[in-house]
Amino acid sequence: MSEEGIEVPRALASGPSAFIPAKELLIEGLNQDILVESFLSLGRVDHLTMVMALHPSYLSCFLRTQHALFELDGPLPRDWRHYVSVMAAARHHCSYMVQQHSKAFLEAGGDKSWLSGIKHAPVKLRSLHTLNKLLAHRPWLITQQHIQELVCAGAEPRWSLAELIHAVILMAHTHSLCSFVWGCGLNPEPDHIGGYAFHPPSPSHIPRSPHSPAHEDSRPELVDGAVEVEVLMKRMVELQQQQEEEECTQEEMVTRFERQRSESIPTAVVRGAPPELVLGLVEEPEFRYEDFAPRGEQSPSTMRAQDYSWEDHGFSLVQRLLPDMGQFLDEEFQVVSNLTYNRMAMHEDVDTYTLRKALWNYIHCLYGIRYDDYDYGSVNVLLERSLKVFVKTMACHPEQTTARIYHAFWRHFRHSEKVHANLIVMEARLQAALLYTLRSITAYIK
Amino acid sequence: MEKMSRVTTALGSSSITGRTMFCHLDAPANAISVCRDAAQVVVAGRNIFKIYALEEEQFVEKLNLRVGRKPSLNFSCADVMWHQMEENLLATAATNGAVVTWNLGKPSRNKQDQLFTEHKRTVNKVCFHPTEAYMLLSGSQDGFMKCFDLRKKESVSTFSGQSESVRDVQFSMKDYFTFAASFENGNVQLWDIRRPDRYERMFTAHTGPVFCCDWHPDDRGWLATGGRDKMVKVWDMTTNRAKEIYCVQTIASVARVKWRPEKKFHLATCSMMVDHNIYVWDIRRPFIPFATFEEHKDVTTGIVWRHQHDPHYLLSGSKDSTLYQHMFKDATRPVDKANPEGLCFGLMGDLAFAVNESLVSSDAGRKPYPGGDRRYPFFSFKKPNPTEQFAHVSSALSVFETDLDSSRMDWFVKTAQLYLLSGKPFTELCDHNATVAQELKRPQVSTTWTMLRIMFSDPAPGPNHSLSKLGSLPLMNSFSMKEMGPESRLERCKGESRPDNVHLEPGNSHISNNNEENEETEGSDGPTEYMFGDAELDDDDLYPMEHDNQTVPEEPVYTLPPEAFQLRHEIIDNPSAPEHLQQDKADSPHVSGNEAEVACLTPIESFSLISISQPLYSPHLHASFFCPIVREMLSHYAERGDVQMAVSVLIVLGERIRKEIDDLTQEHWYMSYIDLLQRFELWNVSNDVIKLSTCSAITCLNQTSTTLHINCSNCKRPMSNKGWICDRCRQCASACAVCHHVVKGLFVWCQGCSHGGHLEHIMNWLKNNSHCPAGCGHLCEYT
Repeated sequence: MSEEGIEVPRALASGPSAFIPAKELLIEGLNQDILVESFLSLGRVDHLTMVMALHPSYLSCFLRTQHALFELDGPLPRDWRHYVSVMAAARHHCSYMVQQHSKAFLEAGGDKSWLSGIKHAPVKLRSLHTLNKLLAHRPWLITQQHIQELVCAGAEPRWSLAELIHAVILMAHTHSLCSFVWGCGLNPEPDHIGGYAFHPPSPSHIPRSPHSPAHEDSRPELVDGAVEVEVLMKRMVELQQQQEEEECTQEEMVTRFERQRSESIPTAVVRGAPPELVLGLVEEPEFRYEDFAPRGEQSPSTMRAQDYSWEDHGFSLVQRLLPDMGQFLDEEFQVVSNLTYNRMAMHEDVDTYTLRKALWNYIHCLYGIRYDDYDYGSVNVLLERSLKVFVKTMACHPEQTTARIYHAFWRHFRHSEKVHANLIVMEARLQAALLYTLRSITAYIK
Repeated sequence: MEKMSRVTTALGSSSITGRTMFCHLDAPANAISVCRDAAQVVVAGRNIFKIYALEEEQFVEKLNLRVGRKPSLNFSCADVMWHQMEENLLATAATNGAVVTWNLGKPSRNKQDQLFTEHKRTVNKVCFHPTEAYMLLSGSQDGFMKCFDLRKKESVSTFSGQSESVRDVQFSMKDYFTFAASFENGNVQLWDIRRPDRYERMFTAHTGPVFCCDWHPDDRGWLATGGRDKMVKVWDMTTNRAKEIYCVQTIASVARVKWRPEKKFHLATCSMMVDHNIYVWDIRRPFIPFATFEEHKDVTTGIVWRHQHDPHYLLSGSKDSTLYQHMFKDATRPVDKANPEGLCFGLMGDLAFAVNESLVSSDAGRKPYPGGDRRYPFFSFKKPNPTEQFAHVSSALSVFETDLDSSRMDWFVKTAQLYLLSGKPFTELCDHNATVAQELKRPQVSTTWTMLRIMFSDPAPGPNHSLSKLGSLPLMNSFSMKEMGPESRLERCKGESRPDNVHLEPGNSHISNNNEENEETEGSDGPTEYMFGDAELDDDDLYPMEHDNQTVPEEPVYTLPPEAFQLRHEIIDNPSAPEHLQQDKADSPHVSGNEAEVACLTPIESFSLISISQPLYSPHLHASFFCPIVREMLSHYAERGDVQMAVSVLIVLGERIRKEIDDLTQEHWYMSYIDLLQRFELWNVSNDVIKLSTCSAITCLNQTSTTLHINCSNCKRPMSNKGWICDRCRQCASACAVCHHVVKGLFVWCQGCSHGGHLEHIMNWLKNNSHCPAGCGHLCEYT
């Protein structure tokens, strides 16, 4: 073909992720079955699946949820489902997700013009804008009124509760998946914009895709890295043992929570302009995450995990409005919270419960959800600053994740362990966003 | 009032009095508990911890236990319990994992007694031993249950639930050493308090968390559990394996369950989400609550019977920040509102009717309808205890079978199968369907089809056989419309069962009497006959004789009163019919005048008749001219219950009529017809209809629930995952015997040897070979 003057596109990226060496993914992938299965059912194994395959038990339930969300019977038509996801992914400037869902949208028979800009989409879809924006960046601001505007009898166009909950789960699911995509530095698929080129890159030109930050050389020095792990291990053991420590006052506990919440973690301030692809799909691109409750002004109250929890309340509501979906999500949350290989970096037989818990609660803390029975002091003990930077960036400004941030934390940990951390962040974020919305819906139907 | 509220059961010296009342709390409550003498109640929540006295007319705040300027999280209670022996002793479970005991006898403002911070997560439940003064049990989110001796500083034993969160713990009322614990994963465990190493028994009670459990106060073996799966189950624990003996399905996840004192089969429940009511169930009647309390505006979080021997007072706390005392006599009884009669039509026109036995026996002598009905045996509930408050429940079920031909549904099935809706030119479809209807002895439907053909086919005389036969002009079409009214009315009479016919008769004659008065000029034999005569006149010249001739032999089939046929004969024989028509045509104004008067009597007629007068002379009528009439006609059929006709015509006419009828109506017709077809298991027809329909809402029916479950062709077990690899035998399922690739799409297989593959491959293979491509030696055939 080249002789005939047709330019042949070549894939650019040399692996699924810009952060994780491709061969690492293959070595650790002792999980052929699930990849074979997903290849057979989807016709391809995309980068997302390849990276997630590091944790096959999670991947299998993730694929089930994804399948139920996009393919099985539900109140929204299939093309709409993908369009909602496109809208959601655009909020995080995630061209990977936007393209994946755009393609699926067209395959489902969607109208091509919608993709050129949200103004071409039906009013009903556009009315999701506010909810989409809040869900992505500040879910704690979602109130009963937002639900009412979409659902109440006079609303035009009107959403049914089942449709709305479907859309909400789609959006929250996609938002958190964007975090994962950015956090793992996924390369564009070969058929994505930026995933191929017509001319082979010159040797001097390191293959770098426009939207994924490229490798930055930050090979850690071995010495203090190893010490780091030791210290962390010791702290975890200590925390587990000192159960009956001195009783601290509520005030002290609150302060600790507040400290975590308001601690200034410098998330990169510089942000590139959103890629062209998503420009038309975002309204109000300047609306971003802001730290929860700058004290005083408007101050939304913290959400107490004991007062509205997924297990007691959220599940029942989802299950009622969208049968089976609650079950799928519940399974996902359970798998993530129980996922462990009992090892840490070079150590085997480690109980990582406290560390996982600290991560989960720290993210919920960033989203203003507080557990009465958790001492937020241990977050400081267990999560080093570079990890916090990574987690906060990923959870709140995923589009700003860079290779530097990724490589800076847990320098002696395996990549699979970092992906594990990514999964925890993603699910915690999903649950936090869902809890706020579901609470508002509960308040609305009361 | 006084007398009514007096309690007759043994309550010791002081009998309880009171009324339904409530008070506002400052904050949402999480749990409540009463002290033993039923005079005080404690309310606990995240921001509230108070004791109220229960007085005759109101709640009176006695004590606020939440002291200090900035109360610690130890005051944020998930649960509270008042000791049933020690009046001054309370225990709370805090959301931060602390277990706190309170001594009301303390002189200081702060009544806090002991503090145990052994649990790492929220404590969900605390429970005092029913008879032992110092024994306290707690269950926590961290998966542990701990038993405390209040004389010591720390727990005496710890029971591990294997890292599953504990939602409830309850000491058995009768067995000193036993307690039950319910878990987030759906299990219930039974423990012996002396053996912390291992549970005595465990069983799975619910799918999802078991939020609550409660031992029966009298029956030592019974344990009630409630879960997120919206069920309340009662377990008999006396047998070797816990046996589910009762199950109540509620409408929301069950947050609390409490047996009602002194009533063996009653228990109260409240829900965790969405539903704010408190229900009292008789577990033997699980389908309808025995009583309901509907006062709360938000979810009820705590329920407790005021006194352990008094079934008439229930206390409840709620997230809506109120505390209620409910009187049992003020409860609503859903049973009273339930419809005690049931009525249902069978597919073939049978009618089943269930009604309270007493109602039936009161007029037992009368049979509701003449004709074949037979009584089915009575179904009745057993009634073991005459003191139960349920009314004697027994009902009679009667089934009435019709033997009237008119209400049989055979014609529906036949029609559905024989009609052609697409695939041929319009005129042929109409002709075909007309023939079908004719053969099924439905002349009116048949006529309708013929008329539709005439109205909507090209005015070119070629395909219009009936027109050419007549040799008359297209304008005749317009006259045919007149036939609609009376003719359909006649049809209706045939369709109804006998009693209705009798009812209709006087009405008809009334109408025709009017006619007679209006048009005396036209000679007629009798009142009833006249009406039909008028209609048939026009009918006659359009459908020369064949229509009417054919109806004559059918006469015996119809169960109509003979007069109706009598008059038909006369019409047919009426020799003056053509002249009448001629006259009418020649004298148009006169006719229209007459017709108008008729029109006001029969609305269906009016439309067509009024519009006739003008275009009578125009040689060509555009098809759209008939649309309003056809629309009327379709609605008429649909309203009469013959939605089959409406939909069939809709499909056959397609674009010609669709715009005339609003989408919702069309959708409604389609849905009803499809529903009917599916009840008669006419799947193919229903699928055809779905495919041919033009409503988006209908066509998308074909896209839902299209999941096909398949078994692996190798190991014969169900394929659980998507994709084409069986995860048990690790083989590609459903491979093509010719090309050995996985078949996605049409798969054809031999019913003899069960080998097969791609449709095309097998077809080609069997063109040249006669043996099975798999090499099994079977002689396959492709037809």
